[in-house]
Amino acid sequence: MTADIFTEIHEFLLGFMSESATHITELILIAVAYLGIFAILGLFLVWLERRVAGFFQLRLGPNRVGPAGLFQTIADALKLVSKELTGTVKADKQLYKIAPYFVITTALMSMSLIPFSQEIQAFDINIGLFFIISVSSIGVLGVFLAGWASNNKYSLLGGMRTGIQMISYELSIGMSIVTMVVLAGTLQISEIVELQKNGWFIFTGHIPAIIAFMIFMIAGTAESNRTPFDLVEAESELGAGFHTEYSGMRFAYYFLAEFVNMFIIAAIAVVLFFGGWLSPFGITDAIPFAGLFWFGLKVMLVIFIFMWFRWTFPRLRIDQLLTLEWKYLLPINMVNIVFMALMVWLGLTF
Amino acid sequence: MSYFSEIYSGVKSLLTGMSVTGKYFFVNLFTRKDVITQQYPDNIDTLKMFDRFRGEVIMYHNENNEHKCDACTLCEKACPNGSIEIIGDKKVNPESGKSQRYLVKHIYHLEMCTMCGLCIEACPQDAIIWGQDFHHVQYDRSKLTKVLNKPGSKMMSKSKAK
Ligand code: SF4
Ligand code: SF4
Repeated sequence: MTADIFTEIHEFLLGFMSESATHITELILIAVAYLGIFAILGLFLVWLERRVAGFFQLRLGPNRVGPAGLFQTIADALKLVSKELTGTVKADKQLYKIAPYFVITTALMSMSLIPFSQEIQAFDINIGLFFIISVSSIGVLGVFLAGWASNNKYSLLGGMRTGIQMISYELSIGMSIVTMVVLAGTLQISEIVELQKNGWFIFTGHIPAIIAFMIFMIAGTAESNRTPFDLVEAESELGAGFHTEYSGMRFAYYFLAEFVNMFIIAAIAVVLFFGGWLSPFGITDAIPFAGLFWFGLKVMLVIFIFMWFRWTFPRLRIDQLLTLEWKYLLPINMVNIVFMALMVWLGLTF
Repeated sequence: MSYFSEIYSGVKSLLTGMSVTGKYFFVNLFTRKDVITQQYPDNIDTLKMFDRFRGEVIMYHNENNEHKCDACTLCEKACPNGSIEIIGDKKVNPESGKSQRYLVKHIYHLEMCTMCGLCIEACPQDAIIWGQDFHHVQYDRSKLTKVLNKPGSKMMSKSKAK
């Protein structure tokens, strides 16, 4: 079901272009739109993070530039754009320069699968979830390359820690997604959302779904390198970790990508557990683009939980991090998958 | 079995922490009651500093425009970065008939002061104390060099100072 506005654009372009030229133009338009969403989302989330952090810490947060400080991050981004791009003398120049683009590209690729509403999803393939997991593992490479190419011991340590952390927690995040796929029976994102018309998976899957959700939230925090799992850029130990040597816009790419990754994780959580763009009890299903509102609201709530984690918990040590993953999350996860499979088999899900 | 009790106590302590911070967040989001941020340039006129705040070094004067400094220069010697200069002189005290030092100028360079407090600790007369004024913005650094004894002030007689 495509919305009218998209068919209209399509017809309009077809009016003066050939079929293939229209196709390419549309692809470019979508790419530009997603880049715009990427930038705006990143800036908005940085503002939100600082504001929320302020309230958690009995402060106010940015409140001078624009209403409620909304334009603060735009001012910051402008400052970063105007900065010189520096690098270390002995850095591996080529790798050093391309490393940020790995992170940005993978974040954008995963974002193309996010269903913002019933009508807005750029890329809906039948292996959607699988695609997101595999693409987001490439993002590790960007961080790792940055650590290696900077030729700086802090960066390298940060990069190595990323490797350890991401590879370990990818398992948990993957397996908690698999748990939900057992329940859904499909990997296609739009279909997963459709299946939740009669009840969100967190209710229909009850106990195993709630366990999977908790594991997903923990592993998701680790995946997006946020506190309490921010060993990668542990300020007190490593300077800024893998992006110590980055300045100006290249630094901003990492910074924005980090926040967009958080958005992607939250979006997957919403799709898997809270019915994506579906409104509660289907109250606004008839209104076009209402899904956008519900999806945004749910994602923001999940992101708020991430921020709540960040401003409450102290950072883990690297051995504690690995203990948590390999001794707790992974075994629980495996049992949980079997539990979920039994539930589905015995028809105990609603 | 300790495996499961560890998970339980772990989750419980994390949730306790989240409830504490969550309370802070929602109270501040809706009421701004506990917010400790001072919106500085906006509230210059109303902002009151607490007693132990180290704003600047001032000299205590009583209502008769009298201070307690006898120009002993201990504060000048105590200051690690030379922010204080004492200009003193001698004159004969009419009561006792002895010659006695008195203070002409107590010059204080606020622009160099690090607020370490050593001068105040060194002063045997407790003549200088902390002032709570925090708003020292100036366009000209020479304006930050101050004379602490007020014009026309003189020293309290020893008996009154007690
Ligand atoms: S507070 Fe410290 S730096 Fe300032 S005048 Fe006194 S001794 Fe010197
Ligand atoms: S202020 Fe105190 S220490 Fe300094 S000269 Fe006067 S009496 Fe001596």
